[in-house]
Amino acid sequence: MNPRLELRGISKSYPGVLANDEISLTVQPGEIHAILGENGAGKSTLMKIIYGATHADAGEILCDGVAVPEHGPAVSRELGIEMVYQHFALFESLTVAENVSLSMPGNMDLKALAARIRDVSEKYGLPIDPDRRVLSLSVGERQRVEIVRCLLRNPKLLILDEPTSVLTPQAVHKLFETLRTLAQEGCSILYISHKLDEVRALCHSATVLRGGRVTGVADPRKSTSAELARMMVGNDLPEVILTKTELSHAPMLSVNNLSMASESVVGTSLKSVSLEVHGGEIVGLAGVSGNGQSELAAAISGERITNAAEDILLEGRPIGHLDAGRRRDLGLGFVPEERLGRGAVPPHELSENALLTAHRQGMVKRGMVNRKRARAFARDVIDKYSVKANGPDAKAHGLSGGNLQKYIMGREIEMAPRVLLVSQPTWGVDVGASAYIRQTLIDLSRSGAAVIVISEELEELFEICDRLYVFCHGALSHSLDRNATNVEEIGLLMSGTGGAAQTAVPSADEVRHVV
Amino acid sequence: MDLFVSMFAATIIAATPLIFAALGELVVEKSGVLNLGIEGMMLIGAAFGIWVHFAGFPMILAVGAAVVGGALASLMFGVLALTFMTNQYAAGLALAIFGAGVSAFIGRGFGTTPVEAIQPLHIPGLSDIPILGEMFFQFDPLVYLSFVLFAAVSWFLYRTKAGLALRAIGESPDSAHAIGYQVIRIRYLAVMFGGAMAGLGGAYLSLVYTPLWVENMTAGRGWIALALVVFAAWRPRRVIFGAWLFGGMTILQLQGQAIGLTVPTEVLSALPYVATIVVLVLISRNREAMALDFPTSLAQPFRPKG
Repeated sequence: MNPRLELRGISKSYPGVLANDEISLTVQPGEIHAILGENGAGKSTLMKIIYGATHADAGEILCDGVAVPEHGPAVSRELGIEMVYQHFALFESLTVAENVSLSMPGNMDLKALAARIRDVSEKYGLPIDPDRRVLSLSVGERQRVEIVRCLLRNPKLLILDEPTSVLTPQAVHKLFETLRTLAQEGCSILYISHKLDEVRALCHSATVLRGGRVTGVADPRKSTSAELARMMVGNDLPEVILTKTELSHAPMLSVNNLSMASESVVGTSLKSVSLEVHGGEIVGLAGVSGNGQSELAAAISGERITNAAEDILLEGRPIGHLDAGRRRDLGLGFVPEERLGRGAVPPHELSENALLTAHRQGMVKRGMVNRKRARAFARDVIDKYSVKANGPDAKAHGLSGGNLQKYIMGREIEMAPRVLLVSQPTWGVDVGASAYIRQTLIDLSRSGAAVIVISEELEELFEICDRLYVFCHGALSHSLDRNATNVEEIGLLMSGTGGAAQTAVPSADEVRHVV
Repeated sequence: MDLFVSMFAATIIAATPLIFAALGELVVEKSGVLNLGIEGMMLIGAAFGIWVHFAGFPMILAVGAAVVGGALASLMFGVLALTFMTNQYAAGLALAIFGAGVSAFIGRGFGTTPVEAIQPLHIPGLSDIPILGEMFFQFDPLVYLSFVLFAAVSWFLYRTKAGLALRAIGESPDSAHAIGYQVIRIRYLAVMFGGAMAGLGGAYLSLVYTPLWVENMTAGRGWIALALVVFAAWRPRRVIFGAWLFGGMTILQLQGQAIGLTVPTEVLSALPYVATIVVLVLISRNREAMALDFPTSLAQPFRPKG
């Protein structure tokens, strides 16, 4: 039997970079094949070449034994190749059903399609409402739309790019079942991930890339995580070290019984959310996206003003009425979930992006920008946080996701915030950079700052947080000590079946006792 | 009552060229392309229409020539903006100026010879109903065509897959390209539709409304059509509303001048433009609703990646 997909000597270079260097691999029908690699290893380029979104400079692609000439995405889809992009190819102003219909052949029958979407999403445990506009969906929900869109076309080869980062542990479980079922039905799956445990649990084979080359082929079921990581990173993984800490006496940031109606019809309203964060600790906010995280982040960062100034206290001082800039002046840093467009201006240089928030570091005098200072600051951040970029003049959108995130984190941390709120610190970031970012957050907290991390990756929260809260339907659970809880308990709280949401705010003493 | 009836009918007629041009531009902008050259395309349409009419061809061919003229003019814009990816603002402005020049050149020999305008349709029965007949059933065929085209454009944009694809491209050409749509080709079609509609609007001015050749006879209607699309928040129904508003104000100020209001005529003449924009600004204040219909990629050249 011919392999479902065979790559022979695929090479592709961009100005200054050899993205793919003679890559060959084979995927059999029904095989789940992992592509492992750091950011910049060439995974995304390779996937785009397979899917036809870009063309290789050299090499051959064979699908079911037949050579595929230069092709576009439309040809790929006819061949049965479907791809879930890391940056989703969805249209925000359209509904889910409309989005799906755009990639389906034939005429548009939205009603029938909506019914099919419901069927498939139920069958595979990916609940979505076909009539909602994508605009109102969380990142996690958008990914479900992408997956369902592919499944509806009965693919022969499904390419998934970091698909589990937004799912609850239970949902990951379910997704794996889905993927195994699909594989048993004969569909091949290319699974791009940096989560070694998942690759080992799910995949039949793995191709490891580093610097555009194949550095190893392994059977992940028989390899250890350490072996895979070594092939991927080139050396042993840096380990994140969670040290003992001294908590500040009073909370640095507290949110007091905050209720806030959602701004859009479809968002989540916050229901009496309370939390306290002390200096010296990292507090994690877990939950499936779309359960109030972005609303709380907006309320804390100052993107939304709360009803009463006292709803949010920064070192005892009411700040609910202040705008985001004033709050930053007082030492409240914020790293949003979207790097491009919210954390950084994509077409601007890194030094200009430094100005966005770090202008407080004496970069502006009498309304005039001191470019020299901004460049020096940007260069500092690049060096100190080992950002791979061509200096302070590099454009933000030219950096890989992980590198830009390191840059943004560095920018915020260099301003020595009293409280730092970070949303999805390592979303789509590779193992090496993730470990680095996590360690930076721990070090920041250990230096006396209060750190709040919103993340959908439970592993990450368990790795770095001292305490956890769980979001569900706009309400926050009671505080959970990391050492006294487990993934299953958090997973149940996420889905709203794990007991009541918080009823009383734990006092500072209780918190200190728990940590 | 008679005055109201005749003003109502006059409003509909005054709004017709705007409806053509603005509906066309709406489709263009929905695909993510901004063509500022409506004024130029309307003028070319107006001149082509008269040209062919004076050459002795039947009216329907004259109107057809205006449509073709507008589409050809827009094709020049398309080549610049879509193939060569020049700045769309600059290319559109160039087209506006070019259209004024070319139409004046074509119109040199037309003098002030009046055109035998396209006559209102007489619909047996309906046209003879008192009042209602005069209000709704005594128009020329192009007025009815504008209603048909409004329905067709709305249906196309919101009920067909091609319309859905067009809107999708206007929001994110990269995503549309990624799932296999031919962005440039679809944008070309949209741009040429916009040109054809602007040409039709021009023909309405020169063959029905005025009806004779005057240099720069569009008198800024191309720009008003452009403003209508923006302030109508890219919704066909609001475009029609805006066009009627403009038409109504035009007729009102003419009446005002006729009965000898003491306000300077310049102020009265400015009234339709001011009133239309003020009202549309007021109704488009809801930003969330605006965002839903705004073609996010508007005026950004698309380069396929890879």
